Amino acid sequence: MTNKYRKVAYYPGCALEGSGHAYHRSTKALGKALGLDLVEVKNWNCCGAMEAKNIDPKLQTYLSSRVMSIAAGEMGFDTVMAPCNGCYHNLKKAEYDLAHDPASVEVVEKLARKGGHEPYRSGSLETIHALDWIKEAIGEDGIRSRVKKSLAGIRIANYYGCLYTRPRHIFPEKDKGPGSESTAKPHFMDDILRAAGAEIVEFPLKTACCGGAHTLSDSDTSTKLVLNILEAAEMCGADIIATECPTCHSGLEMHQVRAEKNFGRKTAVKMLYFTQLLGIALGLPPRRLGVQENVSDARALLEAKGLA
Amino acid sequence: MPIHEKSLIRPENLVTHDQLVLDGVDVSGHWSTFIQPRALTDYNERLQEEIAALDGGENIHRCWQCGSCTNACTVNAINPDFNPRYWIYLIRLGMEAELVRDKDIIWQCVSCHKCTYACPRDVVPEGVMKATAHWLALNGHTPKSPAAHFDEVFTSQIVATGRIEEGRVIRQFFDRTGQPLKQDWLLEMARRLLAKLPLTLMIKMGLAAVFRPRTRRWGKVRAALAQHLAEHERNARSAGTARAAAGAPMKGSEG
Repeated sequence: MTNKYRKVAYYPGCALEGSGHAYHRSTKALGKALGLDLVEVKNWNCCGAMEAKNIDPKLQTYLSSRVMSIAAGEMGFDTVMAPCNGCYHNLKKAEYDLAHDPASVEVVEKLARKGGHEPYRSGSLETIHALDWIKEAIGEDGIRSRVKKSLAGIRIANYYGCLYTRPRHIFPEKDKGPGSESTAKPHFMDDILRAAGAEIVEFPLKTACCGGAHTLSDSDTSTKLVLNILEAAEMCGADIIATECPTCHSGLEMHQVRAEKNFGRKTAVKMLYFTQLLGIALGLPPRRLGVQENVSDARALLEAKGLA
Repeated sequence: MPIHEKSLIRPENLVTHDQLVLDGVDVSGHWSTFIQPRALTDYNERLQEEIAALDGGENIHRCWQCGSCTNACTVNAINPDFNPRYWIYLIRLGMEAELVRDKDIIWQCVSCHKCTYACPRDVVPEGVMKATAHWLALNGHTPKSPAAHFDEVFTSQIVATGRIEEGRVIRQFFDRTGQPLKQDWLLEMARRLLAKLPLTLMIKMGLAAVFRPRTRRWGKVRAALAQHLAEHERNARSAGTARAAAGAPMKGSEG
């Protein structure tokens, strides 16, 4: 356990106030249980998600930079933690673009001036994911020493999605050898949940795409992609798919229902946020982790394993 | 000999004579199958330039046709006609008519960035797909795609309030694309959610739908973004339709 990341700025983002509420709840409950301070970014705005960039990539850069400007400038933090892959990716992308592309800097400075706030300057803030936060601040040993209800007997497929590792150039700290995260075969969630006692199954679709960007605008494509992920996880022997992104999570849940209703393909695997699984292992009551809010209802499975 | 690559050739370009004798040899039926020769004359030599001028298309000139993008592509795995490598090839040669044949699927790129991850030349094929879809709509080849409608609904909400309220995005999107909200699977989702959600959270979500979540001190930002986006759209329109501006015949303009 290190002193790093013990107090960070917290950027929940729009999804965590809506469909990803259980992720918000379980992340905050984890912070509290582990003695890690999360200070929500004041007056934050949407990072641009997966849509703003299709209207104008620099609009997304500006939106993300405003959040970073508040966290670094107004609040004086050097680290911001975003649990959502979309937010995390967009802040990383803005950091990269503002360090490498003068045209992006020009647009961000112009919009910040007109918007009445300080522009974000690249290099003043480190953006991390909830996985980095737990892995660095608590670590596997820290988790092992705190486990009250081991996840032993639960077989988990870890699903990381697209935006946590791609494109690789915006994640300069990854692929740096032992200890660092891998963009081809990410393992931070595997490490964390294995330390909590779970059996991690070999899952080749860790970074496959769930079609989240077109979940409503091209639903059949999304359903096919999700069904592939769900069926592969079942074939790998998983009871649960652990997630670390609200868009992936609700996409898997939504298209599991849609695959059943529209394609007649039923799958039994359940989805839980990794923060919910870790919280359960630390002995937190499932209700406080929002387990009952998930569409994919894992309560019966958890009860059968003596975890709820 | 039968042509093994028949599946790669469009049926209208294959010719078979039911009755044909050549030099006294009967080659009737599939023995006489051959590929229709054709000459292409309708190149749009500014195609690459126009697409490179749109957001995401900037690096298209770097492509050396290795095919890593198509090999990595998520959508290609479920629809072999979705072929970024091929479209980049057509654009670079200026084969507009061939590109337009696939106009109805190019927008389906899911932005998983696997192509960009695999590309050895930093072409950013994902960006090229977005630029190409944008170009097709700007030049009147396609109506606005469902994805473009979704992007617009979503972005206009961010500009208006700084934040997204998912329920409102879904309602506006279904309304704009003429889809009913009462679809079997959506009702099933709602049923499963409502059966379990704690009352306090339901009240909170209901309130968010009425009193939209807003970012404070957003007024000046809203005005700045609205002005910026209007300028950006004007620039894209003139850059992405350079040939139209130069007076060449067009297939109509965006509706």
